[in-house]
Amino acid sequence: MSKVTMKLDDLSCPSCMAKIEGAMTATKGVSSAKVLFNASKVKVEFDEKLVAADELVRKVEKLGYFVQNSKVNNN
Amino acid sequence: MIFQKWLYKNANRLMALSGLMIVLGYVGKYGFKNDWAWNISMLLASILGGVPIAIHAYQALRYKQISIDLLVTIAVLGAIFIGEYEESAIVTFLFTFGSYLEKRTLEKTRSSIKTLTQMAPATALFADGKEVTIDEVNVGNQLLVRTGSQVPVDGVIYEGTGLVNEASITGEAREIRKSAGDKVFAGSFLANGSIYVIAEKIGEDTIFGKIIELVEQAQDMKSSAEKFIDRFAKFYTPAVLLLAIVVWLWSQNLALAITILVLGCPGALVIGAPVSNVAGIGNGAKNGVLIKGGEVIHTFSRVDTLLFDKTGTLTKGTTQVVEVKTFGEVSENLLTKIATVEGQSNHPLAHAIVKFIARDERVEMGQTDVIKGQGIIADEILIGNEKLLTEREILLTESQKSLLKVMQEKGSSTVLVAQAGQLKIIYGIADEIRPGVKEALTQLRRKGMQKTIMLTGDNEASAKAVASQLGIDEVHANLLPEDKAKIVEKLKKLGHKLAFVGDGINDSPSIALADIGIAMGSGTDVAIETSDIVLMKSSFDELVDAYTLAKSTVRNMTQNIALAIAVVIFLLTGLILGGTGLVPSFVNMGTGMFVHEASILVVILNGMRLISYKAKS
Repeated sequence: MSKVTMKLDDLSCPSCMAKIEGAMTATKGVSSAKVLFNASKVKVEFDEKLVAADELVRKVEKLGYFVQNSKVNNN
Repeated sequence: MIFQKWLYKNANRLMALSGLMIVLGYVGKYGFKNDWAWNISMLLASILGGVPIAIHAYQALRYKQISIDLLVTIAVLGAIFIGEYEESAIVTFLFTFGSYLEKRTLEKTRSSIKTLTQMAPATALFADGKEVTIDEVNVGNQLLVRTGSQVPVDGVIYEGTGLVNEASITGEAREIRKSAGDKVFAGSFLANGSIYVIAEKIGEDTIFGKIIELVEQAQDMKSSAEKFIDRFAKFYTPAVLLLAIVVWLWSQNLALAITILVLGCPGALVIGAPVSNVAGIGNGAKNGVLIKGGEVIHTFSRVDTLLFDKTGTLTKGTTQVVEVKTFGEVSENLLTKIATVEGQSNHPLAHAIVKFIARDERVEMGQTDVIKGQGIIADEILIGNEKLLTEREILLTESQKSLLKVMQEKGSSTVLVAQAGQLKIIYGIADEIRPGVKEALTQLRRKGMQKTIMLTGDNEASAKAVASQLGIDEVHANLLPEDKAKIVEKLKKLGHKLAFVGDGINDSPSIALADIGIAMGSGTDVAIETSDIVLMKSSFDELVDAYTLAKSTVRNMTQNIALAIAVVIFLLTGLILGGTGLVPSFVNMGTGMFVHEASILVVILNGMRLISYKAKS
């Protein structure tokens, strides 16, 4: 199981959370997704065999949120 | 999606443009009496402002969310449909402008956390002087930290000495001398010297990383009140939509229906509670008080009984000799012997005596016997408690006995030394009480704390002595950790709201059981993980700050919720009364949106008061 942490531009609408979390958990290979609203971060746990971290980052960007940087932890 | 990114980037420009169109529209209408220009510019303003809102609404709908954006979008479309271009333009502009201000002010409430994360080290130097980014550092790497730079990892010094300022971890700006073998923490500053460090923990695993992660998560951890509001909003927003449709079908009055859509926006209600919590938690974090979330704030504000561990919490946990009584002549040789015997023991009382005698000389001793629960016998010298002496027929005189009793009642543990069948010395050893505890307890009482209780493993006499010095209401002594936990459980059953204050390691069962567990943890990660609130400086001032902050945050949140509800009631009443014609109808889409956005700002500004709020009175 790997974990990717993405830092987004400041989030300001609480409904963004549901949007991003929904899009992430609907992706195959993602086991959990959490949006830290106030820190403007997304933390996603996923199976690297099924989905790549880059793909998840692209997906968040597609929703219209700019990803400032992302960090992947493999373990 | 590229379009969307463009919209996102240019949101502010679009908003300004839409505002400009509205101004042009008014100029056209009242300056040039030109209705055509008026309508066109208002329509353009509605589109410029409305498209981004509509996109947000659509995206949320894809994830089955009926958002505020959707209410506004439908209202705007409806207004355009019936030709009310002015209303639609004003509503979209106010909504976007409101969101913009909301974003700007929200940034302020998050500022304390931001300054914290910005303190995270970004670069490191390898021992050979090569500079790398923090991500390139691995556990086990040897790093160099120079004067004026930040320690990049948690690790151990293997060479060099320096003065380290650990303010980012403990909140206490004090320089501590550290040299080979000492631990250093990521985020602290090397004020002087240069040190070589072996990395033991990096990034998110460091204590600093954990603090940041904890606070970030805490700000999103919702209280039960907030969860309720979230659930409420989830049903409330669709309900408003439904109500508008029903009103429209029933009255055939589209204008009325869309006004209801705008009035029903739950803006201030949704943002009011989190804003207070975020600001409150941020304020705490800045001052070394880590609070794990909105629920903790809420519960802590209602705590009426404080339980304390004694050693290491109320006291510093460092024992020292505070009183010495000698009988007859005490030779230098005897003192050296005591230092030798006690120097071999690792009992805290023995440490205190060795430190007190303070001599490096040691002598060869004969047979040394340790008598469990009594003390040590070596070369005709007895060092231990009263029992050790009396069982070996060294009897104390009446005056010696009463002296012993007085010392114990003052809160000292006593160690007796006898030589050749005679009592020679009594050492009174005590643990120093933390400064400011008494004042802090008085303040807590004034702020509404009803009862203070001490739970300790120490003996009754010294426990009572400390308690009476500090004005603690109730004492339970001679307790094992599981006994403490039992008392916590019993008090909880009696309906008290409890907070347990301990050092975070050996009190963890009680900390976990109490309604609120508070750890006096100068940067230990066990304390950070097991408790609800961490006092990084281990000071009682922080405890008072935390309690006051919790109370103020809850008060602030209540004000916000009350205001939000009052605004909705005010608008709806205004609408109904206006409809009956009893009062002039002042409530329409435009004014409704204005009042809403204003109330959102008031709520955020109210929350912001907590950022700079000083708990100290």
